Amino acid sequence: MKQLWQLFLAFAKVGVMTFGGGYAMIPILEREIVDNHGWATNEELMDYYAVGQCTPGVIAVNTATFIGYKTAGVPGGVIATLGVVFPSVVIITLIAGLITRFADIPAVKSAFAAVRVCVCVLIFNSVLKLWKGAVKDKAALVLFLAVFLLSVFFDISPIVFVLLCGAAGILFTKMGVRGK
Amino acid sequence: MIYLRLFWEFFKTGLFAVGGGLATLPFLDRMVETTGWFTHAQLADMIAVSESTPGPIGVNMATYVGYLTAGVPGSVIATLGLAAPSVIIILLIARALKAFRDNKYVDAAFYGLRPCSIGLIAAAGLLVVKIALFHFDAYKLSGALGDLFNWKAIALAALLLVLTRFVKPLKKLHPIFFILGSALVGVLFSF
Repeated sequence: MKQLWQLFLAFAKVGVMTFGGGYAMIPILEREIVDNHGWATNEELMDYYAVGQCTPGVIAVNTATFIGYKTAGVPGGVIATLGVVFPSVVIITLIAGLITRFADIPAVKSAFAAVRVCVCVLIFNSVLKLWKGAVKDKAALVLFLAVFLLSVFFDISPIVFVLLCGAAGILFTKMGVRGK
Repeated sequence: MIYLRLFWEFFKTGLFAVGGGLATLPFLDRMVETTGWFTHAQLADMIAVSESTPGPIGVNMATYVGYLTAGVPGSVIATLGLAAPSVIIILLIARALKAFRDNKYVDAAFYGLRPCSIGLIAAAGLLVVKIALFHFDAYKLSGALGDLFNWKAIALAALLLVLTRFVKPLKKLHPIFFILGSALVGVLFSF
């Protein structure tokens, strides 16, 4: 019981200190999980993180489930996950409530109109960054372009693209076009 | 039953969103069209709030949508819906962790999934560009090409692009500084 509580607290800390998720999370995980509690070694942590990236879902949640499970079984996995999402639920609910209340004030409207411009640039930058790691050959470029153009011009669920591209990845690898 | 629907929509998102960060964006974008729970403009605001508050972006956005759709219970349910597939999948493969990661089919599938995820995010980003940098409504009314462009917004976008990509000491700054700076510009120049 005490251990579950510790898991919840440790992952709530990780949640509260992670801005944006992904790589930003690693140094904080290292401090909480490896240094403070000894629940995993640095090497294991990187393994979990790697698997978190190649399973569906939010990486932070995947990593939390893994470490929680390894430390205290299935209840541990569930509790660690609840811990990592807890701060988001509290903070975002408060902020969303405030924003909904003040959304009609002209200054707030102006602020958000400009913030949306910033969001465009941030999305553009993160697409460029992801691009470097993911589009390394012609087949990957074809997949990127096909998904991008089809989803801009047609009303297709992203689930369809995910399923088809997973299959295409396997097919391309089998055909040997990967890496060319 | 709105709670059940909310849980289900986010369960699907958690099951198919691959790659972390903004990977859930295309799914939320789709939700705007299929459920009408929120608008594209609200989605753009959510990204800004989620990037400038603690917590993983995907979780923050789920909480936000949940709150807009069904209040405080909604924010809890949407978040649990998003996390549920991860928990189930991870618990299932936890015993065979190494085998899973080294499996050549998993590796091959992800080789196809990564460009897919970027394509989806880029397409969803284009919708934010459409509402942030252009005035399609005004253009439809007047038909004048000059009305189509939101010049102030385009100028700000150009400035931000230069600052975030080419100015060395600023490149590494956390997005929150650019978001807050933009908010200030928006108020000062009445966007």
